[in-house]
Amino acid sequence: MAPWLFYFFATVSVACSLGVVGQRNPMYSVLLLIGLLISLAGLYVGLDSPFVAVTQVVVYAGAIMVLFLFVVMLLNAPREDVAPGAHLPIPGGVKVYGTILSISMAVMLVWALSRLGVVPFVEDPQAAARVESVRDIGVMLFRDHAFSFEVTSILILVAMVGAVVLAKKTV
Amino acid sequence: MITLNHYLLLSALLFSIGTAGVFLRRNLITLLLSVEIMLNAVNLTFVALGRFNGSVEGQIITFFVMTVAAAEAAVGLAIVIALFRHKETLSPDAFTSLKW
Repeated sequence: MAPWLFYFFATVSVACSLGVVGQRNPMYSVLLLIGLLISLAGLYVGLDSPFVAVTQVVVYAGAIMVLFLFVVMLLNAPREDVAPGAHLPIPGGVKVYGTILSISMAVMLVWALSRLGVVPFVEDPQAAARVESVRDIGVMLFRDHAFSFEVTSILILVAMVGAVVLAKKTV
Repeated sequence: MITLNHYLLLSALLFSIGTAGVFLRRNLITLLLSVEIMLNAVNLTFVALGRFNGSVEGQIITFFVMTVAAAEAAVGLAIVIALFRHKETLSPDAFTSLKW
């Protein structure tokens, strides 16, 4: 992958995720998250994984985000309201400590990764072909990981029934 | 040249942004969106490491993560709708009782 493409997609994804977190209107947050998902799909193409990229766009950006968008529109609560009482009794507020915690986690992760040393990718066309083969993915998924695959289908079924029961009018 | 470290650093950055969103935002829907950012950061790590190892395992676990994300979104949004119906607000601070 050309370096400028990586930096382009990386910048877009970081900007979009900062926008998701910084936006007051959940509608814009969902739309920016779609931008993040699409730029990550571009990065997946650069990692010789086009099938994951397509699935990311079709399933994630296309189906899951529509669900979010639908709920945001259904609830129609565009503003983030200040909580009526019930604040945690922390001096200085939750936001300061949340910022400190997340920044310290970022610093810790970057420090741990900087100890890794520079690890370049293997520039072997055969390895790239092995990774990007959809046939290999299918064989691996339905043969070696068949049990996990069936378990996820049960998970989806449970989630579907649970969502219907939870969102029902008379709980 | 783009190395594995670049992808891992980007992933760490995205994960931290997602964590910050969970800590800082007071809106249930944005909270769920921040969780999605974190899941996607992890997905990027899986795909990058799978490419590094030259195996498709990383991509396969990505599909499972996507499935779990879909289930989480469906159930989480159903809970958000049920909560909104009771209190007409999306602030997590408003929901302090287990039963009403």
